Amino acid sequence: MPAADLLSSQGLRLDGRRPNELRRIRCKLGVFTQPDGSAYLEQGNTKVLAAVYGPHQASKSKMSTEAVVVNCQYSMATFSTGERKNRPRGDRKSQEMSMHLRQALTAAIKTEMYPRSQIDIYIEVLQADGGTYCASVNAASLALIDSGIPLRAYVTACSASLGRQSATHEPLVDVSHIEEAADGVCLTVASLPSTGSIALLEMSNRLHMDHFNIVLTRAMQGCRDIEVILDGAVRQHLAEGWTKQDVITI
Amino acid sequence: MVSHVSIKLASERVNHSVASNNDPPRFYTPGEVITGIQDFMRGHGTYAEDDCLKASVAGVMQKVNKLICIRPLKSRYVGEIGDVVVGRVLEVQQKRWKVDTNSRLDSILQLSSVNLPGGELRRRSEEDEQMMRKHLQEGDLISAEVQNVFSDGSLSLHTRSLKYGKLSQGTLIKVFPSLIKRRKNHFHNLPCAVSVIIGNNGYIWISPHKSDILMEGNKDAIENYEIQPVGKSERETMARVKNCILALVASKMMLDDTSIMFAFEESLKYDNVKELLDPEAMLDVAFLTQHRINIIAEE
Repeated sequence: MPAADLLSSQGLRLDGRRPNELRRIRCKLGVFTQPDGSAYLEQGNTKVLAAVYGPHQASKSKMSTEAVVVNCQYSMATFSTGERKNRPRGDRKSQEMSMHLRQALTAAIKTEMYPRSQIDIYIEVLQADGGTYCASVNAASLALIDSGIPLRAYVTACSASLGRQSATHEPLVDVSHIEEAADGVCLTVASLPSTGSIALLEMSNRLHMDHFNIVLTRAMQGCRDIEVILDGAVRQHLAEGWTKQDVITI
Repeated sequence: MVSHVSIKLASERVNHSVASNNDPPRFYTPGEVITGIQDFMRGHGTYAEDDCLKASVAGVMQKVNKLICIRPLKSRYVGEIGDVVVGRVLEVQQKRWKVDTNSRLDSILQLSSVNLPGGELRRRSEEDEQMMRKHLQEGDLISAEVQNVFSDGSLSLHTRSLKYGKLSQGTLIKVFPSLIKRRKNHFHNLPCAVSVIIGNNGYIWISPHKSDILMEGNKDAIENYEIQPVGKSERETMARVKNCILALVASKMMLDDTSIMFAFEESLKYDNVKELLDPEAMLDVAFLTQHRINIIAEE
């Protein structure tokens, strides 16, 4: 059920945002020189680094003759949350995250182009303030673009929750940590906004069937908004790194 | 002991861009519609969906008649026959070596496509197979030429010339393959007594200059030469060339013998080689090099 105190009487959220307002997104492509592609993304106070290696020769046991093998590894830094804690890589939570990341990213990568190869995607959360999955997908999407791997379209992720203001229900986009912790519902969507297809859908907590559609629509709208922001960042990166010989036609 | 340490704030980071101020071209990003599918051919970096031609990578469009390609700023090395590459031996297998050339799949060097030591031409016997590890070991660096590209995109290499083969003393730099200009010649003996192999795959090998007499000389002379220590001044020159290349790469400038030589000449005003690792010095060298290249281009 929607938590009662997620919206103030003025219709503002706990951190002062309006219900349809994303947190500020700042991002940068090509932050490392060693990997084939890399990106850094900040979504509010959630900060994520992504690095892509590949496509390179797959190990014999994993190799597939039809499609490229996508390998994701999600990890959180010891200092990423309020409580300092050593987080081993193979724990259940990060394994689940890695699996979900792989599902979303495989939907975007044109996997059939590169048989017998493998793409490794490493995600490191530097600071977690809710929506780490969304930030990870968005950062990985940028890193893949930076590495020059063919994609069908941008893949972006966004979360949404439901708040109540007097009698009406209002969906909230881009859930932060305090809203997650307030025991509200949290719907996470990873989608390819330009085609409108959904790559992953996940919900925590119970939500009444009547409200599901408005929450989903709000999350999808968030994905489209994020795509616009990422696209702007990619274009700016291209404008900086562009060399004259790129445009010469034969 | 006094040591010089410079720590910079992230906000004071040097912007390495030296690009000339012409208008940027039109950029395409993944999923963007380029044109309707009718009467256009689909090239690299594009795909067809819903009767539209869409981009699958972020970059600029290259159009040859009806063929449309999108070229990304950087990608893995895509080999072409005749390319000069520098690679590292990963594995010794039966009758062939696996070589890492920064391409999508590991490249193959057949035993039958190397020159045997001693230079004799004959069928490869079983003995030769057993001697393979003596010839090239795991971890060895080689220069080679692309002999063939297989249907899955993996490369077959050959070293059937005296200029190719095992690399002994020198340094390797890895850059993005898109920064290498395709040229007739990729082996350069720079006037500063350093030879450079600019591999098409983005691996650059810098080594002390080998005199031509030695190249043609007998096997023992070459082997003796390989194990001799390299003098300090030669090592410094090599380090300078390396730092110059790093400066050009940081500013995303194309690499060939002219640009490397220009950068080297411009860098001579910094007496100490390690000063070239300073971001401001790197930008300065790159900027002056770009300026000289522009002058040549105008002439």
